[in-house]
Amino acid sequence: MIKLKLDNVNKQLGGMRILRDVSLEIAAGEFVVFVGPSGCGKSTLLRLIAGLESICGGDMLIDGRRVNDLEPRERGVGMVFQSYALYPHMSVYDNISFGLKLAKTEKSSLRERVLKTAQILQLDKLLQRKPKELSGGQRQRVAMGRAMAREPDILLFDEPLSNLDASLRVQMRNEIARLHDRLGSTMIYVTHDQVEAMTLADKIVVLNGGRVEQIGSPRELYERPASRFVAGFLGSPRMNFLAARLHTPGTISLVDTPILGMTSLPFDSTNLAAGTALSLGIRPEHISLNAAQGTGGIVVTSVEYLGSETYVHLETGQDEPLICRCEVSAGWRAGDRVELQLEIDNLHLFDHDGTALARQSQASDNSPNDISLHPVRARAL
Amino acid sequence: MSLRLLKKALLRLGFWSLIGVLLLYAVFPFYYAIVTSLKPSSALFEVSYWIENPDFANYAAVLHQASFLRAIGNSLVVALCVVTLALFLSVTAAYALGRVKFRGRGTVLMMVLGVSMFPQVAVLSGLFEVIRALGLYNTSWALILSYTIFTLPFTVWVLTTFMGQLPHELEEAAIMDGASPWVTLTRVLLPLLWPALVTTGLLAFIAAWNEFLFALTFTLTDTQRTVPVAIALISGGSSHELPWGLLMAASVLVTVPLVILVLIFQRRIVSGLTAGALKG
Repeated sequence: MIKLKLDNVNKQLGGMRILRDVSLEIAAGEFVVFVGPSGCGKSTLLRLIAGLESICGGDMLIDGRRVNDLEPRERGVGMVFQSYALYPHMSVYDNISFGLKLAKTEKSSLRERVLKTAQILQLDKLLQRKPKELSGGQRQRVAMGRAMAREPDILLFDEPLSNLDASLRVQMRNEIARLHDRLGSTMIYVTHDQVEAMTLADKIVVLNGGRVEQIGSPRELYERPASRFVAGFLGSPRMNFLAARLHTPGTISLVDTPILGMTSLPFDSTNLAAGTALSLGIRPEHISLNAAQGTGGIVVTSVEYLGSETYVHLETGQDEPLICRCEVSAGWRAGDRVELQLEIDNLHLFDHDGTALARQSQASDNSPNDISLHPVRARAL
Repeated sequence: MSLRLLKKALLRLGFWSLIGVLLLYAVFPFYYAIVTSLKPSSALFEVSYWIENPDFANYAAVLHQASFLRAIGNSLVVALCVVTLALFLSVTAAYALGRVKFRGRGTVLMMVLGVSMFPQVAVLSGLFEVIRALGLYNTSWALILSYTIFTLPFTVWVLTTFMGQLPHELEEAAIMDGASPWVTLTRVLLPLLWPALVTTGLLAFIAAWNEFLFALTFTLTDTQRTVPVAIALISGGSSHELPWGLLMAASVLVTVPLVILVLIFQRRIVSGLTAGALKG
């Protein structure tokens, strides 16, 4: 059942287009995360859904009815603000019950609902305190309680964890995930942190410059990104991008890269002209290193030790080094010469405008699963 | 002693003597008024700065005049009405001017500021005609109206500034909870504004209490006069004698409550502003 549907929603402020033709559907009970860099419009989109900003074009439907012109309280949404925005002069109990009081809820049922909400969020001992007597995490929970008390259809979170320190953030992240499991309500969560997005979401919406880049599950977005932007946004350290050129277009492409040399890759490039600039993408964990024979191979410039793994930086002649994830036991050191092996299944090819090329399924059993890299034509390394 | 220590000591001395001078300048007239009011009339023209035997005869004489007590009552009523009216109108105006972005907001604010620069004397004759046309001449309402008109620019300006400083998210949270603008104003924003309300209310009260020109012009009979005018009209035994003792006693009676009010609320204002009431 579709809970929220956005149909070509547009928003402009003072002549600037903040959101362009945003369309998406959210099912009941889903946890959806809007993620993207600063200024991409994700907070504006959330506020549009909340009703704090007006929609300039397009339609928004909640449970099938058009809500463009409805007030926030009429839409059945609750919002948790980034800075919590608790009423400073009211106790925790009054903060949570404020919305219910305004909705003229009957007194005994009001008390019951507030107590139930407080219990779920472990606030029952703190009901008489004022916000300034609470810690950051407690204030967070009061803000959630206030949004939840009226049992809204959709719960909105506007970067709720960005004001907390790192350890508290991890703890609160788990609590929000458990809350979702317990309540089963539809939740929309805005963040710029891709780790929060990956761990919490049933569905991720990646936004960039006011447009939707891709919508899908965390796995879909990570393993099959539709654009170079999405590929580079999710995953830390970032996916490696190598400059390449299309030699021969076709259902299997012949691609030329400075390091790889000329290779045929299972991507469909029939729409493109020969000589088009492409980007080859490969994630650090999908590269394996072997010691190079003789004086061939690529030089290791530095090694980052993280305890559980190491990140080996390789000199490729491009602006940024190639980063490869290795086991600690491999023992690579700066100055070593290595050969690369890339997993074809996890290789990505992007057009010059960032669109991912369609992947072809394996044509035959003879096709290699890995590609070994050695600089056939060593250009200015 | 080294040169630096000497310099430091001299600076300290200079600083405290400057404070001393300012204190003397501000407080001495009031002190002397109290001293004078406690002297019997025969000792008035002896210059002395300390009272040997305080004599409350002047105070008794002032308080026995029914018209003076009436004047205090009038002043109180007028000042309180002015404060209530001015604050009510200013808070609602400040909500619009401080929180809502509408076209012409800047112009309105500039106009408010401009109007506050008007000298009272310039407006006097025009306002007199208005008061007469409204049939308010020689009533407290004439004063309440005029004082409110002159207090509003100041209170609107101060409250608008304070309103603008309250976090926007607080209001948005109230909207999400389903609050109408009136509920947001009264139950969410107003409790946070009370230090500002106390400051502006107090200043409005003092301005209304001390005002002389309009009080003299717009009231005629003894029953309608306010305190500043009543004091000015205190006359003594003969037309050549100014009853200084009585005058001083009346002035002290009228000023001391104000001073006490300010001293009490001064602490509240400072503590209210620094309590961090706007966190979270």
